[in-house]
Amino acid sequence: MKLASHLGTSPVRTDAPAKVRGALRFTDDLVRPGTLHAAVLFSPLAHAEIRKIEIAAAATAPGVRGVFTGADWPEILIGLYMGDKPPLARGRVRYHGEPVVVAVADDEAAALNALRLVKVEYAPLPALGSPRAALAPGAPVLHPEMARYARIPDVLPEPGTNVANRTKIRKGDPDRAFAEADVVVAGEFSFPPGDHVAMEPRVAIAEYGADGRLEIDSSTQSPFEVRNLLARALGLPERRIVVRAGPIGGGFGGKAGIMLEPLAALLAMRFPGRPLRLANTREADLLSSPGRPGLQARVKLAARADGTLLAAEIEFLFDSGGYADYAVNVSRAAAISCTGPYNVPNVKTDSLCVYTNHPFATAFRGFGHIELSYATERAMDLLAERLQMDPADLRRKNLIRQGDLTPTGAPMDENTGDLPACLAKVRARLAWDAKPHRRTMPDGKIRAKGISCFWKAPAIPTFTDAGAVLYFADDGSATLATGVIEIGQGAHEGLRMLVAEALQTDLERVHVTRAVDTDRSPHDWATAASRSLFMAGRAALDAVADAVAQIRRTAAVALNCAVEDLDVAGGRVFVRAEPARFLPLEKVVLGYVYPNGNAIGGPVIGRGGYITPDLTGLDPATGAGKPWLEWTLGAEGVEVEIDPADGGIRVLKAACCMDVGKVVHPALARGQVVGAMAMGIGYSLSEGFVFDARQVVQNGSLRDYKILRYGEDPEYFVDFVETPQQDGPYGLRGLGEQGIVGMPGCLAQAVSLAVGAQMTELPMTPETIWKKSREAAR
Amino acid sequence: MKERSGIAEIILRVNGEERRVAVRPGDTLLRVLREKLGLTGAKCGCENGDCGACTVLLDGKPVKSCMILAVECEDVAITTIEGLRDHPVQRAFAEENGFQCGFCTPGMILNAAALVEAHPEHDDMVDREWMQSNLCRCTGYEGIRNALAAARKTLRAGG
Repeated sequence: MKLASHLGTSPVRTDAPAKVRGALRFTDDLVRPGTLHAAVLFSPLAHAEIRKIEIAAAATAPGVRGVFTGADWPEILIGLYMGDKPPLARGRVRYHGEPVVVAVADDEAAALNALRLVKVEYAPLPALGSPRAALAPGAPVLHPEMARYARIPDVLPEPGTNVANRTKIRKGDPDRAFAEADVVVAGEFSFPPGDHVAMEPRVAIAEYGADGRLEIDSSTQSPFEVRNLLARALGLPERRIVVRAGPIGGGFGGKAGIMLEPLAALLAMRFPGRPLRLANTREADLLSSPGRPGLQARVKLAARADGTLLAAEIEFLFDSGGYADYAVNVSRAAAISCTGPYNVPNVKTDSLCVYTNHPFATAFRGFGHIELSYATERAMDLLAERLQMDPADLRRKNLIRQGDLTPTGAPMDENTGDLPACLAKVRARLAWDAKPHRRTMPDGKIRAKGISCFWKAPAIPTFTDAGAVLYFADDGSATLATGVIEIGQGAHEGLRMLVAEALQTDLERVHVTRAVDTDRSPHDWATAASRSLFMAGRAALDAVADAVAQIRRTAAVALNCAVEDLDVAGGRVFVRAEPARFLPLEKVVLGYVYPNGNAIGGPVIGRGGYITPDLTGLDPATGAGKPWLEWTLGAEGVEVEIDPADGGIRVLKAACCMDVGKVVHPALARGQVVGAMAMGIGYSLSEGFVFDARQVVQNGSLRDYKILRYGEDPEYFVDFVETPQQDGPYGLRGLGEQGIVGMPGCLAQAVSLAVGAQMTELPMTPETIWKKSREAAR
Repeated sequence: MKERSGIAEIILRVNGEERRVAVRPGDTLLRVLREKLGLTGAKCGCENGDCGACTVLLDGKPVKSCMILAVECEDVAITTIEGLRDHPVQRAFAEENGFQCGFCTPGMILNAAALVEAHPEHDDMVDREWMQSNLCRCTGYEGIRNALAAARKTLRAGG
């Protein structure tokens, strides 16, 4: 009776028909008649005192219903892990693009026209252009009120400075290890902040009803967090707020915090009974809404002459921009995983989240790990160069294994992925053993290879939860409701396969609800941290087990047998020893009806939940603790071709192998990894904000902010290793973000080899490659 | 002074239907399609001609609908994604995972449909030139590349 397993097959996505016909409704496709439109005036300066705002002329312009400034909400502060941001600037602006004035009108054009009549008088202040500048003595303190900000206990701000959070890791005796080492290398590595560039700009549509309820449709990854934070910020009880979300047009972490919703809600409350739309232009999405952090890092490594790592001393300065918000936890995540996937017995790390006058930062794919990985992989390359070792051999020698202690002092457990196998696979894909790794081609171009190893653990609250409800239709088919947002990642497809597998039924008999609604969907922390298929998957399996127990209970009565003798499979509940004694599920799931009309049982409703077990915070002095749910380990590599004449670069090959425990849907898993590698190429070669001396962004549109385009994509090689995650559903662990993490490291290694000098900054544009080549040639 | 809105009624031929619509001179085709005609398949990705999420076909040629005014489109046949029914490119995008989030997909598919029509045979340089006008942030373009190949194969086999 057992069906062939769905797991490991690649059925066409259920959202494909709607998506290829353009029929899928995204949030901005839901605008209703009578909607008010808000338009925002942004700060043209990175740091300035607001002297005066004149709105009288704008307020009386045609079609305008209201014009608002920060003074309208003098108390409200918003932020996910640290509430430090007013809905509109108050008294001063802290970054180029900060919202200053908002106009509300009957249509968008009228709102935009009104903004032209607003006059803002600024007195410019010195702008902080990097974390180091922000930490220098005498630097202006951007948040003098920091001590009063609400925050989670794991965030340790340093009031009177620009340090929004500091996480310390102290493991072993690094001073002694450095003193006794055969070799010590040190380097400084950096990159500017940038943006997620999800193709769908953020939008929120809010309505404050006559019943005193606030309804919000938002392109958010975290509807439950939005509800919770809005309730606190607005002083409304949660039962009077509903947030509806999804599907959304890409997120990559950029829609994981709280964004446009507070301002949309505050405005909607001024106009009860009318929907109010607050939608980002692309420029606003790039500059005003949060992007991803920049980094200035120092990494020092100590090793034996044979390459065995002894100690690491690391300083990460995360450039969080004008507000800290989610980024205080990005810097913390980087501390937890600071060494990369290597066994380093002695560690001293300080990871700081620092305020600057750049656009502010939030979660981004990789969440601290792409940043730390770039810095530590660069340092590993310096060590390989010093020791004249093959960079892949140096890594292999130091790979973390089961039983080794991570930087926070907790051991890697039996779920540790097979990183040596991953590295070997990537080596094979790149023909790593065919040396040299740098070749000059007949046309004068240079080809070079690079390789890196990476790991990632989700940096989630210790009480991160996921809920699931399973209910049934008259035909016996099952519907799963969760709080997971479909961002494009395909989590709903994976959940559908897990449920079908557990119910032993055809995929076509399982449906997953698309839209998430905080009134109706079970609670789920957020669609972030690559934890949906793991955690909501566990909850879904729990719900299936609950439903199956109910089905068996009703069927045992109807079939006059013992509950223990019944199995569910193939759309039936049947007596295990006598499969011919069965009931089709449709005869049971809404209650069983006897021939005489009597009925028993009632509707089957499976409920399931999961919460992270046994997680702890970090010791503030040493970082000791066990903050992770799981580790995904892997290796990546590239081959690039560089034209020394103009610095032009093409990525020819990109390979990734990671240990994901279990591949549920190979095509979608590959898609996640390929997409992440592509994003990593953009991150490393072309992306990042360019600032002028006053920290005004110079590339605030997609004309100038260059993401990867068709034809710039390499040949991709994706492989998986499956060392089961014992507590993951069917052994799986997260894989959505991870493919980006190792890309900057292997690309920087390959480019450095090609140009003959160590690259220390991203992005590695043709201009920087050309300059470095010229320097190296001299 | 009494303000004059300049609203005019025009007739657009969209997906084979004549649609009467009142527009302002400054309204882009994209906004009219989305806000007046309810055709929300074309997306506002940047409204600056950079991303291609708003791509539609005008007389079969891909055009960014954010970069053209509705009043300029009275004499052309407009095809939006809603007008494309079971096209081989659509089937190929579904089967080859030429999308993830789906936001760029309507524009990407219309551009790709015009490409395989104009160039039934694969040519790397032509494809690159043609498809670079549309941005995708999810797929790394592998699924899109495979979808183009699959669609061309289907078309060669007669549809």
